[in-house]
Amino acid sequence: MPMKIGEKPFFGRVDDALENNFMRTAMASAQDRLRGRKLDATVRDEQIGDWEEWRSAGEEIRRHTLENLDYYLEQLSENFSRKGGHVYFADTAEDATRYIQEVAKKKGAKKITKAKSMVTEEIGLNEALEEIGCEVFETDLAEYILQIDDHDRPSHIVVPSLHKNKEQIRDTFRDKAGYTGTEEPRELTAFARSQLREVFLQADIGITGCNFAVAESGTVSLVTNEGNANMVTTYPDTQISVMGMERLVPTWKELDVMVNLLSRSAVGQKITTYITNLTPQLTEDSVDAPKEFHLVILDAGRSNALGTEFQSALHCIRCAACVNVCPVYRQIGGHAYGSIYQGPIGAVLTPILGGYEEYGELPFASSLCAACTEACPVRIPLHEQLIRHRENYAAQKGRTGERLAMKAFGIGASTPALFQGAVKGLPAIMKPLAEDEGISSGPGPLKLWTAVRDFPAPGNGNFRSWFKNHKQEGDS
Amino acid sequence: MAEGTIQNKDEFLNRIAGKLGRKKAEPVTLPEWKHQPQWEVFKNSAPDDLLAAFCKSSKAKSAFVIQTEVANLETAMKDAIDKYGGGLIVTTKDGRFEEFGLEPLLADSKTHVWDADLGKRNIEIAKQANIGVIFSDISLAESGTIVQFNDKDIARSVSLLPVTYIAIVPQSTIVPRMTQATHRVHQAVAAGKGISTCINFISGPSNSADIEMDIVIGVHGPVEAVHIVVTDK
Repeated sequence: MPMKIGEKPFFGRVDDALENNFMRTAMASAQDRLRGRKLDATVRDEQIGDWEEWRSAGEEIRRHTLENLDYYLEQLSENFSRKGGHVYFADTAEDATRYIQEVAKKKGAKKITKAKSMVTEEIGLNEALEEIGCEVFETDLAEYILQIDDHDRPSHIVVPSLHKNKEQIRDTFRDKAGYTGTEEPRELTAFARSQLREVFLQADIGITGCNFAVAESGTVSLVTNEGNANMVTTYPDTQISVMGMERLVPTWKELDVMVNLLSRSAVGQKITTYITNLTPQLTEDSVDAPKEFHLVILDAGRSNALGTEFQSALHCIRCAACVNVCPVYRQIGGHAYGSIYQGPIGAVLTPILGGYEEYGELPFASSLCAACTEACPVRIPLHEQLIRHRENYAAQKGRTGERLAMKAFGIGASTPALFQGAVKGLPAIMKPLAEDEGISSGPGPLKLWTAVRDFPAPGNGNFRSWFKNHKQEGDS
Repeated sequence: MAEGTIQNKDEFLNRIAGKLGRKKAEPVTLPEWKHQPQWEVFKNSAPDDLLAAFCKSSKAKSAFVIQTEVANLETAMKDAIDKYGGGLIVTTKDGRFEEFGLEPLLADSKTHVWDADLGKRNIEIAKQANIGVIFSDISLAESGTIVQFNDKDIARSVSLLPVTYIAIVPQSTIVPRMTQATHRVHQAVAAGKGISTCINFISGPSNSADIEMDIVIGVHGPVEAVHIVVTDK
């Protein structure tokens, strides 16, 4: 399945989400826990010194790397191939899946194991491999849960099955995989372990994403906890790693800083249980290592951001810290975004990758409170980019209503008599709509707000007249 | 591994260069970073402080920690093996076992020492093994992490397939944090030396919080972990 989730228009998806009380409670609770863990491992951890210094270090590294992306990708590909690895630069999702299909066919692959990877979700790799007769096994626990639940879609970048509770998972395991145990997470996890144990050892190809590639040595680095990524990259004879073209660092020294930022920001850990760094080698003679190693470097719309005001969106390291503080994500959950990339970074990145035609409304799924920008470990100005997207979208779509409204506001606000008239007239216009202190069914643009919550009724006075009176009282 | 290949590079990279305002990639010198907070962590800490931090961090990562001297290592190892259920044991092929007086462990009939000449049979044995025993090459105080440079003898499977891994951590391998370990790898790369195909940072047993954010220890990797810190070698 590609980047897109669902067929309904944006506001239809939001309506669905708002009706799903269970999901909204689950999201709020998960957000609180993830955010709390992050704070414990960052600003509250005295051992690492000033967290702001770390953020600046991350920003500095990412900016330099993206400004010289062509050079570092060249270096990465040369070092990877010199050691016997195969590099494929894929312009589009289709190019990437076609290449991987060809490798699978050449190897006569039947079983394929996969570690968690959003980029392979983005390109719809599972479907492409199933199309040519391969059996694909997701092995990350959350991805495994989604896969056996009729290919449900991810609702969070780091914990894709966040929208499901343990009872639902128990029922899915029971109905789809013959599970007979309880809803205890320990028991459910043990079941997944037993189901996948042999599969890991029998697979023909192992597929991973790539948290960071290291240009100086041609290394793919994976940041994980469950041990599945190690299983996927140890036993199959062929390994394929797919990376977004921006996911690299110049040297191992920068890898250190980025892994620290990612582990702490994503899951509140000083370091994840496994940091697995894999490099091809011409003289590979280990019994338990792949004999063939492919690296697919994917553009698929990323270059749209290069050299533009959105370039820093490519600094993202997919930690989801912005998702975990977003008040809009808290209310509507992940699926409502209609993209596998959710929350503030999803609303910035998805239109870059998929265009305004399909995703232009996503940047409006934000209160512009800037909590995302504050949370970002590499200081991407997310809320500012959301505003830029809105401007571009309005300009491109020629949204007459919105443009007229802004123009009218401009005229009204720059003409004192009109402005004062409007301010004074507002209570009179709104009063008939108000019940008690709130408006529960507003007209026009207010409708979207009042569908979910009351809008406060305007008071009888206004700030200008209050200030004038107050000043007069003060003067006398 | 056969000779490597690169496909579709020039067109792809020239397009990126174009977006970045140049015709093609130009050589870049890595800048001296203005912000380097990583070197401040445990700066000037004494070896004993690093050791204490390593033990504390290991426990926080759900590893069982044993501190011992070389003279008592064999006994400590036996106790740990008993505590975690004995049975079949697999070890890496590593000269340090002899160096640290662990010949009796290698000679035990229930111990399999990884032998690349036996091919895939090693994997079958590791799969059946209850305990895998390894040495840490670099150990990180900040996070209780052991680092392995895997190759045909220091096999990846030993710390991965058995139910429990036991890592022997010589105190001399303990450094403040990941910074020192990655710096060492960087220096090797810069000097034109080859690096291990798998440089594995491992911090305790495998785990997951994917179900309702509850942490479950033991997923696809080991379910238990033991770090035996050896203090005087």
